[in-house]
Parts: sequence; C-alpha cells; structure tokens
Amino acid sequence: MQISIGLFSPLKKKPSQQEIVRPSITYWQDAWYRLKKNPVAMVSLVFIILLLLVAIFGPYFSSYSYSDQDFDRRNEGPSRLHPFGTDSLGRDQLVRVMHGARISLAVGFVAAITTFFMGVIYGGIAGYIGGRVDNIMMRIVDILYSIPFLLWVIMLMVLFRELFPATGGGAGLYSIFLALGLVFWLPMARIVRGQILSLKEQEFALAAQTIGAPKSTILFRHLIPNAMGPIIVTATLAIPEAIFTEAFLSFIGLGVSAPRASWGMLSSDALTSLRSYPHLLLYPALAICLTLLAFNFLGDGLRDALDPRMRK
Amino acid sequence: MLAYLTKRMFHTILAIWIVITITFIFMHAIPGGPFQREKAIPATIKANIEARYKLDQPLYLQYVDYLGNVVRGDLGPSFKYRGQTVNGIIAERFPVSFQLGLLTFTIAIVVGIGAGIIASIYQGRLPDYLTMFFSTIGISVPSFILGTLLMYFLSFRWGLLPAAMWGTPKHMIMPAIALAGLPTAFIARLTRSSMLDVLNQDYMRTALAKGLPRWQIIWIHAVKNAIIPVITYAGPLLAYVLTGSFIVENIFAIPGLGKHFVTSIYNRDYTVILGLTIFYSIILIVLNMLVDLAYTLVDPRIKLIGKEE
Repeated sequence: MQISIGLFSPLKKKPSQQEIVRPSITYWQDAWYRLKKNPVAMVSLVFIILLLLVAIFGPYFSSYSYSDQDFDRRNEGPSRLHPFGTDSLGRDQLVRVMHGARISLAVGFVAAITTFFMGVIYGGIAGYIGGRVDNIMMRIVDILYSIPFLLWVIMLMVLFRELFPATGGGAGLYSIFLALGLVFWLPMARIVRGQILSLKEQEFALAAQTIGAPKSTILFRHLIPNAMGPIIVTATLAIPEAIFTEAFLSFIGLGVSAPRASWGMLSSDALTSLRSYPHLLLYPALAICLTLLAFNFLGDGLRDALDPRMRK
Repeated sequence: MLAYLTKRMFHTILAIWIVITITFIFMHAIPGGPFQREKAIPATIKANIEARYKLDQPLYLQYVDYLGNVVRGDLGPSFKYRGQTVNGIIAERFPVSFQLGLLTFTIAIVVGIGAGIIASIYQGRLPDYLTMFFSTIGISVPSFILGTLLMYFLSFRWGLLPAAMWGTPKHMIMPAIALAGLPTAFIARLTRSSMLDVLNQDYMRTALAKGLPRWQIIWIHAVKNAIIPVITYAGPLLAYVLTGSFIVENIFAIPGLGKHFVTSIYNRDYTVILGLTIFYSIILIVLNMLVDLAYTLVDPRIKLIGKEE
C-alpha cells in the first residue's frame, strides 16, 4: 500500500480556548474567605480585637490606676468621673475591669500558646514514631486525662502559692500560667497525634522520606503544617476555657492577689455587697460573658472555616 | 469483653494511684509543715506531735503508710479542726452535695434533651430559635455569675426564694438552676445536632412511608439513636457538676462538701484539700469508667476492643 506524502499536512493551530481557571488560592485564603462569610464569627473577631486594644491601651487613658483608693467615694454608682462606679475601697471600677481584661486575655493567650507548643510536640512525636513509643505516650495522656483538670489546677495553685509567696501579685499570675499550661495541652496532644497518624501514611510523606529528609524535617515541615487547621481550632477553643478557669480560681480566692483585679475576683468582691451595690457585679459579669461568647463563636467559626470535615 | 474490662480496671487503678502519689508529693512540697504556728512551740512538743502523725519517719515509709491508709479508706485528720477527720467531714457533708448534684443532673438531662428534641422537630422555626438563643447564652455564662444574678433578682429584688442555706426544697431551686445552666445548654445543642443527623437518615423516611404515627417515629426511632452523644457527655457532666458545686455552694452558703473544700483552701488545711482532691478524683475516675462501659452497652456499634483510631 502506497502512502503518498500529500496525505500528511501539519495540524492547523486551533484558536486558544477560553481561560476558565480562576487564580489558585491557598488553603489559608480559602479559610479566610469562608470565615469572612460567617457574620457571627466576624463580629466576635472584631469584638476580641477591640477588647484587646482596650485591655492594652485603656488603662493609660484613665486618670486612675487599678489600686488608687478614694475613701470619700466608696460604692458609688456610675457617674461622669467613674463611668462604671467605684468599689468598696473607692477604686474606679472601669479601670479595674480594663485591668481584668488584661489578666483574662493574658491568661487565655498564654494558655493557647503553651497548649500549642506542648500539644504539637508531644502529639506529633507520639503519632510520628508510633508503635510502642506512641502507646506509652498516649497511655500517659489517657491517665492524666481521666483526672478532673479543675482539681489539678486547684492543687497546683495551692502548691504554687506556698512555693512562691506572691510578690506584689505577679506570682499569682505566673502560677496560673504554669498551672494551666501543665493541664491544657492534653486534648491538643490527642488531636495532633490522630492527625499525624493519618497524614504520615500519605504519599507526600513517603516522597519526603525517599529523598532522604530527616525525620524531624518530615514531622515539623511536612506533617504538622498540614494538620494546622484542627490545631488552630483547638488552640482557639482553649482560650475561653482558660479565661473561665482563671475567673473560677479568682472567684474561690486562688487567682491573682489583691490589689490586682481580675474579672473573677471583681465578681467575687461584688457578691459580698450584692444586696446594696449590685452595679459592682454588672460590668465584670458582662465582660466575662461577652468575652466567653465571642471566643466560643470565633472558635466555632474557625472550625467551620479551617476544617470543613469537622463541621456539624 | 473481659480483656477490655481488665485493661480498663488497670488504667483506673493506675490513674488513682497517680493521683494519690502526686497529692502525697504536693503535701510534702508545701513548705512550713502543717504544724507551724505563729508562736514557736517547744522542741519536745513538736517532736511529740510529729511522732503522733508519723512525720519523723523517712519519706518513703510515710508514703507507704499514706498509701495504705488511703487504700483502707482513711484520708487522715484535719490539721485545722482538731479532732475532725477528713472521712468525718466527707460523711457529714457529702450527702448535701450529692442531693444538689443529683438535682442538677436531672435538670440538665431532662430539660436539655427535651429542649433539644423540640428544637430539632421545629428546625428553623420559633421554638428552634428560642432554644438556640438561650443555649448560646447558657454556654457562655459561668455558674457563679448565673448564681449571683439569680440570687439578686429572685431573693433580693422579688423575695421569692431564700438567698442562702439549705434544708427545704425551696433552698435547692436556685443553686440547682445556677449549676445546671451550662450543662443544660450544652446538652440541648448536642441533642439538637444529633437529632438533626438522625432525622435526615433514610430509615426515618422509611418509617414515615410505613405510616407510623409521628410521635412513634420521633420517640422510638429518632431519639433512641440520637441519644448516644448525650450519654458520652455524661462523664464530663459529672466532673462539671462536682467541681462546679465548689462555687455554687459557696455563693449560696450551702453546708456541702464543695463549700468545705473552698473553706479549707482559705484555711490552708492541707490534709483536707488533698484528701478531698483524692476523694473527688476517685469518684470521677470510677464514674467515668462506668459511663464508658454504659455507652458501649447502649450502642452495640461501639467496639470495646481495639478502640484505637
């Protein structure tokens, strides 16, 4: 059979097809996009940012300090001089609530950061090494987990108060950081370990292994960044829990020492004169509730945005 | 089953042993010692007191001794109230806390599940919005604030209920509501989302197609399946009720164990603090184990062995 050369001719170039690819967006841009569409979470985020600004800069704009006493103006209701009124020692309630915001937010963020580092390192190592190491490490977590955490925190606080007698109130705060840090990382360790267990079986981890990446690089550069969604959600939800725990401790007298003010302590102080001066309870109580609400909403919103699989 | 039970028992005992050991270490890490008073006491008296409480023996002997005592159920004497033992304090005060806890537990379960079911049936309508609104507020109001607010309005403002103390059913209402607020809200949300999952299952449509009455579909087919997540919450709920009662009993001056726990923190009554911590921990650890066993029995799909993810 003869095939003439005339049968062959170069293909004509087709007019290029219409571009239908949109610019690729990263996981984080996508999450931010989803978060922005959640009005409740955005309002909460704005509220938290405002609260943060008030906590940091608010006290500088007040003409009082949290420990200034004025015995001529005790238990006063809200006025122009003292927008939130004054307490039983004539201290300005507004500046004390702002100071309480500092303490609550500091406790919340420090707890989130310690939870993050301890949980990620512990859970990451347990999940990545696996086998017997994982078994032993997670049994330890299981056992610690079965002990009610609030009792742990109370015991640690009792101990710390004796070991480091409060020096001007600072020691109380550091003790809270330490006590919360020691117990809050447990859920994080479990979640990270679960994530790493499933991630390390995936192809990209194998690929990293075949090109000879050291184990620590695979764990911290490849696996953990891929588990960041659930990690951030867990850390965010640790914040309201820490704030609540601090308020609880201060309320039963184990928190920061006087004359410092935290929301739990202000509420507890207000209780003694509740019948006569209920306004003392109003602002700290409102501050605690709104802050807890905002962080819980933001945590839920972040969960929906960062980890759509976890959505209920 | 038996293998799982043995393993679970082993873990429980290990957890309790760790609690006891750590409390023992804490007790000895606290500087000053339990018998340090403002006034110096003569050396011989001090030696006698220390001998009485076996504080002169080496630490490991004291540890073995303490462990033995706890195993036998003896949590030691109170250092602050001469002549009282931790066991005596528990026997006297725990019944009050138990009553409060039981009432709280019942409110949280009944109201929470009820509200959750109603919200899920009327999804997207007024009862649903109301339930979600109140439960959202409920989960962000700590018990001590709810308790103080209730006290201010119900007793100081309107004089409906007694503000403090214990004895009649009237005294129980406010503390139980204050304590039950958060878990009720949480259970309502949990029940609602779990009910919505179940209501969208195929077998619900089948039941409807068979022409079963509506109440039967909801009560027999849906609620029974939707209740499992709520049972898993029973463990944390117990922990919440027990530790939450510290504050609520304090606010309402209820002579329960929780109030005494807080008082002993103020008093630095270390043996009581540590003894009660052990007591609470053991209760919770054991109850948690029972809850775990209970829900493996309720839902046959939950496997006992090989629970690893």
